[in-house]
Amino acid sequence: MSDQSIQAPHTVSRVPRTPAANEEAYLEVSDLQVQFPTADGLVRAVQGLSYSVPLRRTLAIVGESGSGKSVSSMAVMGLHDRRVARIAGSIKVGGREIVNMSDKELEGYRGGDAAMIFQDPQSSLHPYFTIGDQIMESYRAHNNVSKRKAKDRAIDMLGRVGIPNPRRRVDQYPHEFSGGMRQRAMIAMALVNDPKLLIADEPTTALDVTVQAQILDLISDLQRDFGSAVVFITHDLGVVAEIADDILVMYAGTAIEHGPVNKILGEPLHPYAWGLLESIPALTGEPQPLHPIPGSPPSLLAVPTGCPFHPRCEFKDRVGGDLCTTLKPDLIPRTGDLGRTSRCHLKEPDKVFETEVLPRLP
Amino acid sequence: MLLYILKRVLSAISVVIVTLVASFALFFLAPTDPAGVICGPRCTPERLADIEASLDLNEPPINQIGAYMKGIVVGREYSSGGTVRECAAPCLGYSYTLGQPVTKLLGAALPVTISIVLGGAVVYLVVGILTGTIAAQVRGTSLDKLVVGSTLVVQSIPYFVFALLVALYATFLPDSGYHPFTDNPLTWASGLLAAWLCVGLTNAAAYTRYSRASMIEALGQDFVRTASSKGISRRRVVYRHGLRAGLTPVVTIFGIDLAFQLTGAIFTESIFNLPGLGQLTLRAFGQYDLPVLMGGVLIGSVVLVVMNLVVDIAYTFLDPRVRLG
Amino acid sequence: MTATTTAKSGVRSVPGAPLLELENVKMHFKTKGDGFFARGTKWVQAVDGVDLTISPGETVGLVGESGCGKSTTARLVTRLLEPTGGQIRYQGVDIAHMNERQLRPYRREIQLIFQDPYSSLNPRHTVGTIVGTALRTHDMVPKSGELKRVQELLEVVGLNPEHYNRYPHEFSGGQRQRIGIARALAARPKIIVADEPVSALDVSIQAQVMNLLESLRKELGIAFVFIAHDLGVVRHFCDRIAVMYLGRVVEEGPRDSLYEKPQHPYTQALLSAVPDIGVVRGVPPKNRIRLVGDVPSPVDPPSGCRFRTRCWKAQDICATEDPALIERAPAQRVACHFAEPPAESILAETA
Ligand SMILES: Nc1ncnc2c1ncn2[C@@H]1O[C@H](COP(=O)(O)OP(=O)(O)OP(=O)(O)O)[C@@H](O)[C@H]1O
Ligand SMILES: Nc1ncnc2c1ncn2[C@@H]1O[C@H](COP(=O)(O)OP(=O)(O)O)[C@@H](O)[C@H]1O
Ligand code: SF4
Ligand code: SF4
Ligand SMILES: [Mg+2]
Ligand SMILES: [Mg+2]
Repeated sequence: MSDQSIQAPHTVSRVPRTPAANEEAYLEVSDLQVQFPTADGLVRAVQGLSYSVPLRRTLAIVGESGSGKSVSSMAVMGLHDRRVARIAGSIKVGGREIVNMSDKELEGYRGGDAAMIFQDPQSSLHPYFTIGDQIMESYRAHNNVSKRKAKDRAIDMLGRVGIPNPRRRVDQYPHEFSGGMRQRAMIAMALVNDPKLLIADEPTTALDVTVQAQILDLISDLQRDFGSAVVFITHDLGVVAEIADDILVMYAGTAIEHGPVNKILGEPLHPYAWGLLESIPALTGEPQPLHPIPGSPPSLLAVPTGCPFHPRCEFKDRVGGDLCTTLKPDLIPRTGDLGRTSRCHLKEPDKVFETEVLPRLP
Repeated sequence: MLLYILKRVLSAISVVIVTLVASFALFFLAPTDPAGVICGPRCTPERLADIEASLDLNEPPINQIGAYMKGIVVGREYSSGGTVRECAAPCLGYSYTLGQPVTKLLGAALPVTISIVLGGAVVYLVVGILTGTIAAQVRGTSLDKLVVGSTLVVQSIPYFVFALLVALYATFLPDSGYHPFTDNPLTWASGLLAAWLCVGLTNAAAYTRYSRASMIEALGQDFVRTASSKGISRRRVVYRHGLRAGLTPVVTIFGIDLAFQLTGAIFTESIFNLPGLGQLTLRAFGQYDLPVLMGGVLIGSVVLVVMNLVVDIAYTFLDPRVRLG
Repeated sequence: MTATTTAKSGVRSVPGAPLLELENVKMHFKTKGDGFFARGTKWVQAVDGVDLTISPGETVGLVGESGCGKSTTARLVTRLLEPTGGQIRYQGVDIAHMNERQLRPYRREIQLIFQDPYSSLNPRHTVGTIVGTALRTHDMVPKSGELKRVQELLEVVGLNPEHYNRYPHEFSGGQRQRIGIARALAARPKIIVADEPVSALDVSIQAQVMNLLESLRKELGIAFVFIAHDLGVVRHFCDRIAVMYLGRVVEEGPRDSLYEKPQHPYTQALLSAVPDIGVVRGVPPKNRIRLVGDVPSPVDPPSGCRFRTRCWKAQDICATEDPALIERAPAQRVACHFAEPPAESILAETA
């Protein structure tokens, strides 16, 4: 593998993001609720989450750990055990409703129309089956083809995700692959049935930066080829900046801000998003002191009343009365820009950002 | 792989030899009086001396062990009262009380014990793994609680009580007794049925619990979630992806269990009147029949060591990470 | 033998020597050949010739990809491991092969903070016991003053001093990391080696802990060896940064010149790969360098320059001659035969 000579610096350039046209949503989540009854009480992991993703676009869902990113996307994949999780609301994929779908229908849907890539490629691949075996199983679950044909398809997919020597690699076991190659194999497995919806749950968190960069490039390239809708879950705003068209910021199980990536990262409107930006050290310029958000995320057993962010919010005093502690704000457009929404009572958030937050960003 | 097996076999042999020497020292050098036992109540000093000589009891311990080992490898001769008895290669000596070669006695008893243990294993593996897997899938429900509860009940009954209950009450079962498999497989099976059920059901409780725990862990693994996300059936997810991973620890326990059961089938054999190894050694124990006891020890240690080896090799087939390093 | 002076604590020192100096430090782990075909033993060259100098109060960052030897270096500096080669000089005195008794006074002065705030605290001990044990081990305060000092330390790291009799599981991840910091501070160290102290934390919590470390550094003048894989975090915290690859330092220099004019191809690729929020806020770089393949195994590293299997500049000489770490710009040392600053900027320029 390493004997190939590398002449010119292998470089890539960023494809500029196009603004959203009025495309039809392929995935449409509305008022999703996911709750887990536990011995300690009801865990409200997702509360009233709504978003939509058209084909050929990437939505990044960001948030701190425990904010409900994985739980909501598992619901979209129909992966929750119904005896454990209570799901309400609506998830429409290509016009079909996923919530309350029968088990039989779900089997056809999972891995066919929608596929998922997980965080840790080491533990997400079965250690006892070969890579080829695992890809073929996915393919044969949705296509009535011979083993030979399925294997050819697996080899073809491994080649497409950039695994050198796929003919030999197809018969190897996951432990014979490096971390980056395992994630490539996972991607090959997810894309083997040309899914229209790809959900990637922190697919690069377990990888090194140089390998992460390779995988991000790969996902972007493949999305262009396959034309699918991508939901990309991460907690890294840098990754979001690299890969997303749109971004949804989650906090305590709800969306608190949603819109095009350059808007949300460039001039966010929600105090939580401000806090995140103020917590990330910059790579250029004189290092500025960080202004972290005080406290820590709430327990989902007892989500604060009103705005779930109010115990940590330094702007709640600016809002008249006790609105922040009593009334949960709606996710609505807050400025003239209808393409973006945020969930906060604060007046003229764009002005506050510009005058108070922007000057102290790192 | 071959090199590995060779290395393991060599170390296995040395374990057996060490066990033999140790038990030889314990049994033969203990303050027992084997010659007196053989000689019986109406014993004359001349006859006693003759027997002692024939058993090499006058020799230093090292020579006794040497002769015993030599007997195993090339055979040996025993002379008593003027007659010489030829004892062919794997020679484990003659039973003091039955006057027969130990190898012959063991040869007759071993198939009985193996039949009991293996037949029982089939019962408890099938029952245990199946119920364990089902319980794991419905974890937390009343069915799961019922399964766990009944395993607790079964496990809390002492084994011999359970076996006695089966022997006393399960009279609808065919009469117990050993008929060689080669004579008629059907009578062989019917004669062992009670013993199988007894061994099988008591152990099934433990295997249900092992499999349940192991499957719960396996089903919680990320790769099982990946399998579900592919759109294959739930049954395939559980039995192909989950069970494959969940079985590995169960196989390990099984290998070790099986070895102990082979050497410890005493209750089962006594209660169901089956002339197996357990009965043989138990009788030998009561009568100071040291050569037979030694033979039992030898078989026991060989079985233990071989089963360990088998488990390790089975592991390499189950888990490619071990196989390919 | 150089003349040494001995402080009251038992720590010897050579006057004028730097606080800590690693010279050609090596740590080769012996591994049994795994797998049935593998014969004999192999050596994992986890750290293979690291040079590093730390002055009092300075913060030196250590970055690099997983498995490049950062944690091993941390465990060597704190002498939790005995190196298989080279010298570790603390104030001029080589502590590389000291035994446990000789090390005692040094252990106090060099403290370690771990990455995982969950597994690095004993779940059965209260916070008071955890911090108090550190005090007692090094005879820091008389028994009567222990509780008071524990509470002081908890206050310093931003925890409620009343919570000294709580158990680690009653705290959040960020708070547990603060407990680890209080434990390290208990010994009044001169150097703290922090092995990915914020990697396991969420961004908002990570910033809290970084601010705490920063204020401790300023107020107490403690020197830091700060390990992280996040290049932004390292840049924020460190005066000087060393980049490691496969057990070696490949480039080392002051923060600004390293980030703005990196000279080693690996440093350039690493910076180019960092996902940067600046790309939507400012002017993104035109081209970004992408490495091919993965890091080779430290069991059998490439001959000559260890980066050559992934380096686009590699020539024949790279396979035969191991490039030395030499100064290429003021205070910036690079181990590459063809070191040069990049033609155009690698990072996004903030508008
Ligand atoms: N005790 C050990 N025995 C054998 N190999 C070891 C041992 N400790 C570390 N290694 C190996 O040494 C190399 C360097 O390990 P180290 O933990 O220092 O990496 P690191 O840079 O801290 O990586 P990470 O970013 O993943 O924490 C790795 O290849 C690792 O597998
Ligand atoms: N099976 C479950 N039972 C109870 N709580 C759960 C379960 N699965 C997830 N949760 C809780 O739901 C919340 C959201 O989790 P998750 O979506 O995984 O967060 P993340 O945003 O880090 O992906 C967490 O508080 C988690 O503990
Ligand atoms: S609604 Fe109030 S508490 Fe919530 S983010 Fe806005 S200002 Fe802060
Ligand atoms: S020495 Fe050669 S191979 Fe190594 S980094 Fe420099 S140019 Fe690349
Ligand atoms: Mg998650
Ligand atoms: Mg480490």
